[in-house]
Amino acid sequence: MKNASGSVAGGGLKLGVLLMATPLLLWLLLLVILPHLDLLMVSLRERISYGKYAFSFTNYIEFFTEPLYWNTYVRTATMSILATALTLVIGFPISYYIAKVMRGRGKSVLFLMCLIPFWVSELVRTFGWMILLRESGVISHFLQWAGLVDGPVEMLYNDVTIMVGLVYTSMLFMVVPLVSVLDSLDDSLIEAGYDLGGNAFTVTRDIVIPHAMPGIASGCIVVFMLTLGNYLTPNLLGGKSSLWFTEQIYTQFITRFNWESGSAFGFLLLVLSSLIVWLGLKLSRQTLSDTVG
Amino acid sequence: MADQFDLECRDVVKKFGQFTAVDQVSLTIPQGSFFSILGPSGCGKTTLLRMLAGFIEPTAGDILIKGKSVLGVAPNRRPVNMVFQHLALFPMMNVAQNVAYGLRRRGVGRATIDKKVAETLARVGLPDSGQKQISQLSGGQKQRIAIARCLVLEPAVLLLDEPLGALDLKLREHMKVELKQLQHEIGTTFVYITHDQSEALVMSDQVAVMNAGRFEQVGTPQELYYQPDTPFVAGFVGESNRWQGTFETVADGKAIIRLDSGGVIYTDPTQVTNPDLVAGQRMDVFVRPEAITIAAKGQGPVATSGLNAMQGRVENLLFNGAASSVQLRETTTGHEMNVALPQTGAFAGLRNGDELDLSWSAGQTKCFPNTKPAQADASGEAVA
Ligand SMILES: Nc1ncnc2c1ncn2[C@@H]1O[C@H](COP(=O)(O)OP(=O)(O)O)[C@@H](O)[C@H]1O
Ligand SMILES: [Mg+2]
Repeated sequence: MKNASGSVAGGGLKLGVLLMATPLLLWLLLLVILPHLDLLMVSLRERISYGKYAFSFTNYIEFFTEPLYWNTYVRTATMSILATALTLVIGFPISYYIAKVMRGRGKSVLFLMCLIPFWVSELVRTFGWMILLRESGVISHFLQWAGLVDGPVEMLYNDVTIMVGLVYTSMLFMVVPLVSVLDSLDDSLIEAGYDLGGNAFTVTRDIVIPHAMPGIASGCIVVFMLTLGNYLTPNLLGGKSSLWFTEQIYTQFITRFNWESGSAFGFLLLVLSSLIVWLGLKLSRQTLSDTVG
Repeated sequence: MADQFDLECRDVVKKFGQFTAVDQVSLTIPQGSFFSILGPSGCGKTTLLRMLAGFIEPTAGDILIKGKSVLGVAPNRRPVNMVFQHLALFPMMNVAQNVAYGLRRRGVGRATIDKKVAETLARVGLPDSGQKQISQLSGGQKQRIAIARCLVLEPAVLLLDEPLGALDLKLREHMKVELKQLQHEIGTTFVYITHDQSEALVMSDQVAVMNAGRFEQVGTPQELYYQPDTPFVAGFVGESNRWQGTFETVADGKAIIRLDSGGVIYTDPTQVTNPDLVAGQRMDVFVRPEAITIAAKGQGPVATSGLNAMQGRVENLLFNGAASSVQLRETTTGHEMNVALPQTGAFAGLRNGDELDLSWSAGQTKCFPNTKPAQADASGEAVA
């Protein structure tokens, strides 16, 4: 008796959970899983003639044999990792300052200042950088006016500019999780660290960073993925020389109408980001559930 | 002269903007003693302790540890350690790493650290807990680890900020005794902050009673209890029956105070803290519940100039074994009183509504000239 009623209740509960999860499951299925399955299918076929396709690895083989693709792929990964690291190094002190040093009004003002750039679209923001940095731009003019340089200087279209743009674009996504995780750190833990003889360096290393690790990991994952998949910033600030992998995908799909190859590239980008995130979590001994939870 | 004191404060003041949290506090704590600072919540205890630890700098005054001024010395360079109100154990480290933290910061060798950590853990009664995580410890164990983490550094002074506050009553009673024993064994100077008078009275060699940023009185627990200097101390330390009245005159060597609620109370002039009284001076009157003798109705002594006598009707019996007491309403004035029952069980059969004769000698009445307007003194809330 008891068992039977128990299982009925259990069944009811499961149905409830299922109903509640339905929108999420549908969303996952329709917008995430199906497109990616399709991407995989498309990437694994070869166009033989008009409307006729055959299963083949050609698209992947092409990727690994063509140094341009391969180099772009590695370069995008390296630059993204570097941008993530830089964002972390710059974002951490800012977040610490917001969460632990500032009090009351100043705190919200500073936090808002990190947010303000995101009130305009990424396109407008990037054009802002271009106005500042281009040959006929504000900084170039200022340097000439100040007599520091003789002719106009071009500050666009190099790796440093791309990096600056990427870090700037990503900052908020690093600062938000860091501020929230640092806010949750009890001030008395930091004070206890000093009380027991620690200094700024050891307290940060032994107490603040271990506590902030889940926030660091989630910030890094988000920033890395956004950077890796960014199209606008590297393209506009880096121009032709940006060599960003999303650009290759764009070219395949739009310019060359080669959906097969574009799909293969897209899939490879997915594999790359998953692999690096997994590696990062392993190295920092975090689990995805820690990071998200 | 100064170096016989482990800790000394001279006119320490701390202001937050216009607000004075700590006001002209001076104290000297001899080596190896257990010194408590007792006061209601918000009176500035934590602020004072944080100045001793070095987390905040005093606005004025000087702090000396072992005879040397520590103004401007960072917390990590002061020979004091602090047990925080919520303990602040490091959750990212296990018990042994927590205790070892301070030694590691000093660059002590690995073998010495292991030895000292084991010794200290044994001393606080948790010899095998080194590999445990902080979350696996009970409240009382966390408490001991927090103390061990400081003691391992052999500080000149150990500062404790209401460390028993988070524990349940039973454990708190137990830890009180244990903490006192521990202090006795190791001989480190303890500065202990609490708002719980029984903690302060049980454990301390010296207690400072603090109110609104000032020290009201510094003395042994006995002095505070039997010879309070101020009405605040009389009301805050231990329980008291209180009246307000006016000083009338001295007759037969006894001061007579006329109560606002009616009737008079006699007191020894020696019990009046400020003896140059003029008639009409407002007075606060305090009588301890255990100073009052009770007798069945009609069998008590009659009032004389050396003896106060009243009648009361039982309103509430508060049975608590040896600490039982009874709440009465004075028959003529309606004033509420609290009287301890004799431990012999002589009044075990008392019922609500019974009438009793109450008496106490003039010498048991404590009086203070009241400079504030009537009813403005809120210190009575601390009783109980
Ligand atoms: N950093 C601060 N800024 C402003 N006011 C403070 C600060 N720290 C404490 N106070 C005030 O000082 C008073 C005493 O606080 P505290 O020392 O924590 O009291 P206690 O520990 O005795 O409960 C309180 O009224 C509190 O609001
Ligand atoms: Mg406090």
